[in-house]
Amino acid sequence: MERIELTAAWAKGQEVLAEVTKESGVRASKCYQCGKCSAGCPVAFAMDKTPREIMRLVQLGLMDEALQSHTIWLCASCDTCSTRCPREVDIARVMETLRIIAKRKGSVAEKKMDLFHDLFLKSVENNGRVHELGLILGFNIYGMQPLKDAHFGPSMLLKGKLSPLPHTIKDNGEVKKIFANVRKRGGKL
Amino acid sequence: MKYAYYPGCSLSSTGVEYDISTKKVAKSLGIELWEIPEWNCCGASSAHLTDHLLALALPARNLAIAEEKGLDVAIPCAACYARCKATEVEVRNSKEMQETISAVIERQYTGKSQARALLDVFVNDLGLESINTLVNKPLKDLKVVSYYGCLLVRPPKLGFDDAEDPQSMDKLIEALGGTPVDWAFKTECCGAAHATTKSEVGFPMIEKILTAAKETGADCIATACPLCMSNLDMRQTQVGAKYGQNYSLPVFYFTELMGIALGINPQELGISKHFVDVSGIVKKLNEAAGRRDTA
Repeated sequence: MERIELTAAWAKGQEVLAEVTKESGVRASKCYQCGKCSAGCPVAFAMDKTPREIMRLVQLGLMDEALQSHTIWLCASCDTCSTRCPREVDIARVMETLRIIAKRKGSVAEKKMDLFHDLFLKSVENNGRVHELGLILGFNIYGMQPLKDAHFGPSMLLKGKLSPLPHTIKDNGEVKKIFANVRKRGGKL
Repeated sequence: MKYAYYPGCSLSSTGVEYDISTKKVAKSLGIELWEIPEWNCCGASSAHLTDHLLALALPARNLAIAEEKGLDVAIPCAACYARCKATEVEVRNSKEMQETISAVIERQYTGKSQARALLDVFVNDLGLESINTLVNKPLKDLKVVSYYGCLLVRPPKLGFDDAEDPQSMDKLIEALGGTPVDWAFKTECCGAAHATTKSEVGFPMIEKILTAAKETGADCIATACPLCMSNLDMRQTQVGAKYGQNYSLPVFYFTELMGIALGINPQELGISKHFVDVSGIVKKLNEAAGRRDTA
């Protein structure tokens, strides 16, 4: 077993806890580990660590373990955990914050899921709205799975459910400015 | 009654029949919807996983335009509604955040204009009694499970209905002459985009909901979210094939069921755009209406 220097580990842990608290506005220390979040989580079956375990890692300041987990990416942001938490800890918000920190640190356990969100926001920045066909095509090409769900394509087009071209809004300069202003304030988009 | 209307991106593509039926039904109920001109994407569900400020700023621009007009915003899509509501509340509760957001979007938004779920507007502003008096083709003998999805009634402090066992859609179905069927999956998450980004996780989530709905013996599912609709309707055959099931379970937007009950021609509501065939249900309702008319 690896030796841990407790005093230093504790101090580092407190820093980590403070970082998550500051970014999320959620006091993870309030969690008393009852596990209700994990019992109700509809994605728990696919997670490498339960939401309760992630909360414990954050409390202990074991940030690397939390950031490298697949759990923070598999969380569907459905808010079941936050709705049911008897301590009113917004666990879904903690998951969201951990994803943002993981991305900033370049530690992305689910690269395809992350790619989807990047392409989504790129579409919004370019057009003001998301262009669903462009998003799916981009996701398939960059995700190296060119034919994924392709069989839906023809009927979606026939039903008028996919537009071949993006709808770009007239005031798109305003949306581009929103992205620029968020970047100016330190947002890593 | 007049509201600003925020359809959101899905309602001009995969969920186009939700947009069509919303507009038809609102008109028929005498509710005026003013579509926010040149509205932008609210960022759901990617912005809030990437940057908190961006996640608030994108919906804030649309809310600011509605606020200039002095209107609350009616929002059909559950995901758009959740992001808009989160923005409204955060801006209203913090002067600092209000100033930051207004600076980022370069418009004034104070949190005065509220985000309202379309279901909430119909059920609580117009009211079930008023809706009931306008029904001329009741959903007779139609057993419906209401699927609210995860975001429509959460978080509980902001919601217009119970977060664990919501009732508004069930009561609406009843007011339309249908039979609401109780079940345990009203607010269970369908996995949203997981079916696209990681189907080995998304598909089992869809399977559980479809199986539970089927087990109730319901004729169809009613939903209020375009992503739920895609997962339950468009992917139904695909998911069924993977799990050896043939669900054959039609899925409707609640607005489509309202439209049918209000006597609007189902074809005009966009129901032919569904993947799972709904003609059996429409036929059954027409026959019931015919029997009533001739009786």
